[in-house]
Amino acid sequence: MAKTAAKATEADLARARRRIGPIERREMRLAFGMLSPTVAAVLLVVLIPVLANFWISVKPIELADLRAAKPLVRERVQGDVLQPGDAFAVRYRVRSSSPAAEVRDVEFTHSLPPGLTLTDDAGTCTLSGPDLRCNVGTLEPRARVDVNVTLTAGQAYFDAGSPDLRAADPLATGRSTNKLTSFEFTFDNFRKVFDAAEFWNVLWVSIVYTIGGTGGALLLGLFAAQLMMVAFPGRGIMRGLFLFPYVSPVIAVAFTWIFLLDPFSGTMNAILTKTGVTDANINFLGQRGIALWTVIAFEAWRYFPLAFLFILARMQSLSSDLNEAAEMDGATPFQKFWYISLPQLVGIISTLFLLRFIWTFNKFDDIFLLTGGASGTRTLTVNVYEQAFALSNLGAGAAVAVVIFFMLAVFLAFYFKFVPKEEGM
Amino acid sequence: MARGLVLGVVLGAIWGFVTAVVIGVSVTLVFGVDASMTALSALIAGIPGAVALLFARDITPNAWMQFLIGMAVYAVVLVALTGLAPLGLPLGTVPVTSVLVLATLAATTIGAVALAFHKMDWKALNRYRMEEVLIHALKGLGFVFFTAIILLPFYAMLMTSFKKQAELLQNPLDYSINLSQGLMSLFSSYIELFVTFDFGRFILISTIVSVTTVILTLAASIPGAYAISRLRFPGRVTFSRSILLIYMVPAIVLVIPLYAVFSQLGLRDSLLGLLIVYPATTIPVSLYMLQGYFRGLPSELEEAGMMDGCTRLGVIRRITLPLSLPAIASVALYVFMIAWNEFLFAFMFLDSPEIFTLSRGVVSLNSSEVPRQHLMAGAVIVTIPVLVIFLWFERFLVTGLTAGSVKG
Repeated sequence: MAKTAAKATEADLARARRRIGPIERREMRLAFGMLSPTVAAVLLVVLIPVLANFWISVKPIELADLRAAKPLVRERVQGDVLQPGDAFAVRYRVRSSSPAAEVRDVEFTHSLPPGLTLTDDAGTCTLSGPDLRCNVGTLEPRARVDVNVTLTAGQAYFDAGSPDLRAADPLATGRSTNKLTSFEFTFDNFRKVFDAAEFWNVLWVSIVYTIGGTGGALLLGLFAAQLMMVAFPGRGIMRGLFLFPYVSPVIAVAFTWIFLLDPFSGTMNAILTKTGVTDANINFLGQRGIALWTVIAFEAWRYFPLAFLFILARMQSLSSDLNEAAEMDGATPFQKFWYISLPQLVGIISTLFLLRFIWTFNKFDDIFLLTGGASGTRTLTVNVYEQAFALSNLGAGAAVAVVIFFMLAVFLAFYFKFVPKEEGM
Repeated sequence: MARGLVLGVVLGAIWGFVTAVVIGVSVTLVFGVDASMTALSALIAGIPGAVALLFARDITPNAWMQFLIGMAVYAVVLVALTGLAPLGLPLGTVPVTSVLVLATLAATTIGAVALAFHKMDWKALNRYRMEEVLIHALKGLGFVFFTAIILLPFYAMLMTSFKKQAELLQNPLDYSINLSQGLMSLFSSYIELFVTFDFGRFILISTIVSVTTVILTLAASIPGAYAISRLRFPGRVTFSRSILLIYMVPAIVLVIPLYAVFSQLGLRDSLLGLLIVYPATTIPVSLYMLQGYFRGLPSELEEAGMMDGCTRLGVIRRITLPLSLPAIASVALYVFMIAWNEFLFAFMFLDSPEIFTLSRGVVSLNSSEVPRQHLMAGAVIVTIPVLVIFLWFERFLVTGLTAGSVKG
């Protein structure tokens, strides 16, 4: 009985679904039309590249493989040809443009003046009409192949005014496998990435950086928001000022901090030694152990404005009833903050934490500009660059990116599971 | 009474130290005077100063008189402690500056303590009042701290661009600029950037790229956001959720495949390549911000428009768009700032200096052959437009930032 009822509702639903009226259909079509540019752009530049990144991560591909291998040919002409019967000795030198990939079915053609006859002992070349066509076969990477032919001049050559053989350039063609689209796969990239002793260190640095940067930014933001709660003259200006680190271009502020923190001629070290805080100059960005904390501090400095804005907005929207009631009951200022304000801010703070956590984890520019990943600050994102572009191994870089992608997926799952709906942004 | 006294001593010491460091460093950074810091003496002098301020209440009810008494005690102790040379120089050498700096130190130290104890009977402090005093003090320190960490780098950036490499290396604390050298010499770094490094072209290219990005982004995201917030179609909920996911995908994951494919297509070292990537990365943010705004508009207005015979597109053009102009403007500014500040793709894609964007151009200055002040002048040039836009449209943008700043 229950079964048939279920079936009936299913059938009803299916019927209802099919019964989309013309207006709904038009609306649907309009919606798809309006969304199509977005879908196209996102598909083309985000989704397909993400998939392509998976593809690259299992391929043995280097930066140099991106340039398709092409055969190149140059000719050298020797011999004094003064009368019919004299011959040119021509050498064609064919080489591959790529140090890594082979080129197959290599052929070149050379357009010659009239009145020449070909003598080619190796049989690689044929002369049909004015065109000399030579078949070189497969060209190994870095290989050079010389093709030597003898061209004997006839009367027709002199009748044409003994033109220069080098008037036209020989042209080579060939087929090479595009490593990007071939079906050659390998797990070496992942093996390399996970086997490297530094990988676990990189992972650890990533996590410390992410937690430290996020926590620091949130704490500073919370503090800044407390300062701005009570109105005072100049609050608007102060609020604008507090947002400067966040809105300024990262290249500008990163380079400024690099100079301020310079171990030899930096203002920061000068201040610290002058005030007697330290005796010797500190190499903030160059010393293992210190550099990581410096980039974390930079991260907190640059992103606290964001936390500040969100927390301030939330605090201003809270009703003051609770605070007033607590005040009546004799709660002290710190008690009010700890037991009343903070619990009401936990929602926004945890949402911010998760969001900033993800974004800090994804961050590349800041560390790359500050230290380039040196002195123990190499995070996963910087490692992608390091592997793919500094060490020219695109496949290994993509493999690191895959690791990032999966970790991110885990964080996002957390985010959607734990962030309360009303805080969701 | 003991509690109040301890609190006064602690605050006096802290503020004595902080004001001495902050004012000492500021004087050096601004005027280039090598004010040797007397932070420790100032810390000690802050204590009797604060105590005097508190006990002055027994002598006079006038707050200004109490303040002056505190300042006087502080100043006398400081001068005595530093052997009559509060700035490291005997009082006689630069009397006016010395007295001015000394007065500022005294006023800020004692003033901060006085503010913390404002209108409070320090002899009868309960826990509530004590915490209030502490909070006042913490807030004051907070303002000093935040102002210092924000102003210092921006001040250094600006001033460095006016200086010469040798001066900077000689005394990294001296940011004073010599105004008598003439404008040409003062702005020599900027002139150099525009003449030799072609920064005019970089600015033009950055502007074109950013504005085109804004136009393309809006062209795609306005209809998209409208469709998501107003039209019914299967998969709508999934779609609006996945938009959020998409802008969490880090750029570094996209860089390798885009680099590989664009290299093969010949799009890599071209502005067209950037103009494909930039809008695609900003469309999700923009769409997300706009759909939230569209949802907030009353749909009755649109329904009324439809009743009066407008088509759907007519309604969008005549009703929705005009109503959401503020939101569109703030999204546009936000996207402009993202595109203007973008570094990663510009750095990875562009090799030819003829098509450098401003960020890419500034990065190219980061070499040992280019002096520091040129790089800082470049940083100033790239920062100024953003800060001007930001300050001009702050109210606008803060809303936009809070709505879309998940990006980041």
